[in-house]
Amino acid sequence: MFETLSDRLGGVLKGLRNRGRLTEGDVTEVLAEVRTALLEADVNITVVRDVIERIRTQAVGATSSTALNPGQQIIKIVNDELVAMLGGETLKITYASHPPTVVLMAGLQGSGKTTSAAKLANWFKSQGRQPLLVGADLQRPAAVEQLRVLGAQINVPVFSAPGDPVNTARLGLAEAQRIGKDVLIVDTAGRLAIDAEMMQQVKEISQAVQPKFTFLVIDAMTGQDAVTVAQSFDATLSIDGVILSKLDGDARGGAALSVKQVLGKPIAFASTGEKLDAFEQFHPDRMASRILGMGDMLTLIEQAEKVFEKEKAEETAAKMLEGDFTLEDFLEQLQQLKKMGSLQSVMGMMPGMPKELKNAQIPDDQVKRTEAIIYSMTPQERANPELINGSRRVRISKGSGTTVADVNRLVKQFSEMKKMMKQMGGKGMLGGKRGKGSKGDGIPDELAAALGSRLGPR
Amino acid sequence: MLALNVFAQQIAADTAPKVLLALAVLALVFGIGVVFVGRRSAKKPSSGQTLTKQATESPVAVASARDRLSKVRSSFAGAITTALTRSAITQETWDELEEALLRADVGVATTSRVLAPLRELVKSKQIVEPSDLSAALRNEMTRQLSTSSRQLNFDTTLNAPNIWLVVGVNGAGKTTTIGKLSAQQHALGRTVLMAAGDTFRAAAGDQLDTWAQRSGAEIVRGAAGGDPSSVIFDGVARASAKKIDLVLADTAGRLQNNTNLMEELTKVRRVADKGAGKVTEVLLVIDATTGQNGLTQAKQFAQATQVTGVVLTKLDGSAKGGIVFAIETELAIPVKLVGLGETIDDLVAFDASEFVAALFN
Repeated sequence: MFETLSDRLGGVLKGLRNRGRLTEGDVTEVLAEVRTALLEADVNITVVRDVIERIRTQAVGATSSTALNPGQQIIKIVNDELVAMLGGETLKITYASHPPTVVLMAGLQGSGKTTSAAKLANWFKSQGRQPLLVGADLQRPAAVEQLRVLGAQINVPVFSAPGDPVNTARLGLAEAQRIGKDVLIVDTAGRLAIDAEMMQQVKEISQAVQPKFTFLVIDAMTGQDAVTVAQSFDATLSIDGVILSKLDGDARGGAALSVKQVLGKPIAFASTGEKLDAFEQFHPDRMASRILGMGDMLTLIEQAEKVFEKEKAEETAAKMLEGDFTLEDFLEQLQQLKKMGSLQSVMGMMPGMPKELKNAQIPDDQVKRTEAIIYSMTPQERANPELINGSRRVRISKGSGTTVADVNRLVKQFSEMKKMMKQMGGKGMLGGKRGKGSKGDGIPDELAAALGSRLGPR
Repeated sequence: MLALNVFAQQIAADTAPKVLLALAVLALVFGIGVVFVGRRSAKKPSSGQTLTKQATESPVAVASARDRLSKVRSSFAGAITTALTRSAITQETWDELEEALLRADVGVATTSRVLAPLRELVKSKQIVEPSDLSAALRNEMTRQLSTSSRQLNFDTTLNAPNIWLVVGVNGAGKTTTIGKLSAQQHALGRTVLMAAGDTFRAAAGDQLDTWAQRSGAEIVRGAAGGDPSSVIFDGVARASAKKIDLVLADTAGRLQNNTNLMEELTKVRRVADKGAGKVTEVLLVIDATTGQNGLTQAKQFAQATQVTGVVLTKLDGSAKGGIVFAIETELAIPVKLVGLGETIDDLVAFDASEFVAALFN
């Protein structure tokens, strides 16, 4: 939907690419694009201003020494700055000397507190702890019931009592002590930051259970208001960390940066899916690329890892480079690719793809037709398309309900593709076992960066 | 890989729909991508480690939380008021107007779009006073919102249940909206049946059940994890048999980039229309705190289910919900209702001029 930062900068830098370095005027123009990119990512405007000022100094200072082209350099500076701002101290989960360790969940309505509470309980369980969940959201109909169902799914007991949420929380604490649970997670009702009465209530809950950690749950889709919310909750509860929810969506998630910057408190966890184990510790580097619109590649690779079987992929890649790639392999890849979502969206996420291609319509029936054509071939034909003579073409087109021209096109394009791959393989463009180039292996910078940042220990 | 890009460009240049080649490029990239990840992570765990270390240790200017707080707070105060007290229209006036809109989540593109014609008027001296400029901006924005009909579509000639489908991302407020809608429609003298199409989220059906009791509606529920289409189909059948006027169909929250779930929603919409009733309204629920992703949400949900209106929820908080201005003016989906609280009466008709005025407060 929105352009990536590199796409944006591409336009500005096109005119000056040959000059190799940026004047101060260029920098201003470039920074305007950076600003737009950050605002489109929902970074708070005050924080954006902050980022731009930090970058300006570096951008002007750094442009004269250059191994990278100006665009790459700016992207690197921005990216590094965001990583630094998002990272910093991480939240260390420690445990109270007198159990239970109490964790309080707070946030706006619909931010994902209840689900996050269950996911957090599941996480504590994986750390060898024995959590108890307390349903103190007596406001929303069936919120406690929701927590009970989730608790049952992860085998974590849930306590709740009707009446007053402050008292419920207090009773929950007593219950944890009674049955010997060492972690207590208190789910609270969603509330608006400007609702004084409800904010007072959550403060009383906090005073009643004395949490070791208070987490603010923030929806990754939140816009400019994230800072107001974070400030209010922090002023009332003294937040220890943030849980970023719904990160499996396609929001850029600039709210993470805003909240981090305003509170100076770490983002502890990210919630990345509907399943209860889709909950992980926060990665500042990934978030930075995402805010800049370059995180799609990471998502793609993640999805690809899930879908593609590694050995098979490795085998196929080797085949491709040798020029032994068959239509059979192509078919297989096409099917794996389809598992990743609509081809249109996959295409849209690829960095470095020209716009015309990104916006190209890939009708699903076109893909189906391709599949049909390949299915109508004999195994020999799939392995060796040169076999396909005139009468075979007619047979294949009939079998697949297409025309001879369609078959011709497929065969021709396939052979072009194969040739091209072989060339690449021959040139050692792909590094790996052939070349020894690490960075100069022909991987586009974005992909390399994406791949690189995936390698941090998890 | 550079070669790939060149190659891709060649394809693009060649106008023939060489979709296959593009697909092949994709297939290749993935194959290699996966291999690379595998290979590199196997080879170089140590370099990965240093990378992260640098990241965590890099010297972020350590301002105390309090400093940051006060800094942000002070810049929040009176973004727009100062603009109006100035005597002439300066660059600062523009900056302040722009900032007010951006802070309200109207978005960069939409903000420049609404400011552009005003810049012309100021240039040609048709607007001189800052206060006139601000008023002109409000008028213009209100005018752009005045074209839509905000009536909820209810076909009285149908002689079968009207179906209103409620869709949106997780936590937007769909179920609560249905509860409130039900109460209102009930008050208008219509009989209401709720179809609990959210079979995914734990206890969503129970939540809806509570609202059904509160608002005097019937409810049809399915098994947890069951097929939402069939629950809604059954709801329509029941409503039709009992001569109920309106079916409010709840659906599970879903993120718009989840292809499978969006396809499921398309099916829900299709199946709902197949029975005795007719879908006369598809309401997309958008949380007022939502930022620029709201536009993507609206596009994708509209594509999947032909959305006919937006419900802007949680507008009683500090968020302004400016993204719906972009949604309505760019996608022509009218905002029909506004949610202002948790009680049953807190759902009101959208008022364009009130909404625009609030953007600047």
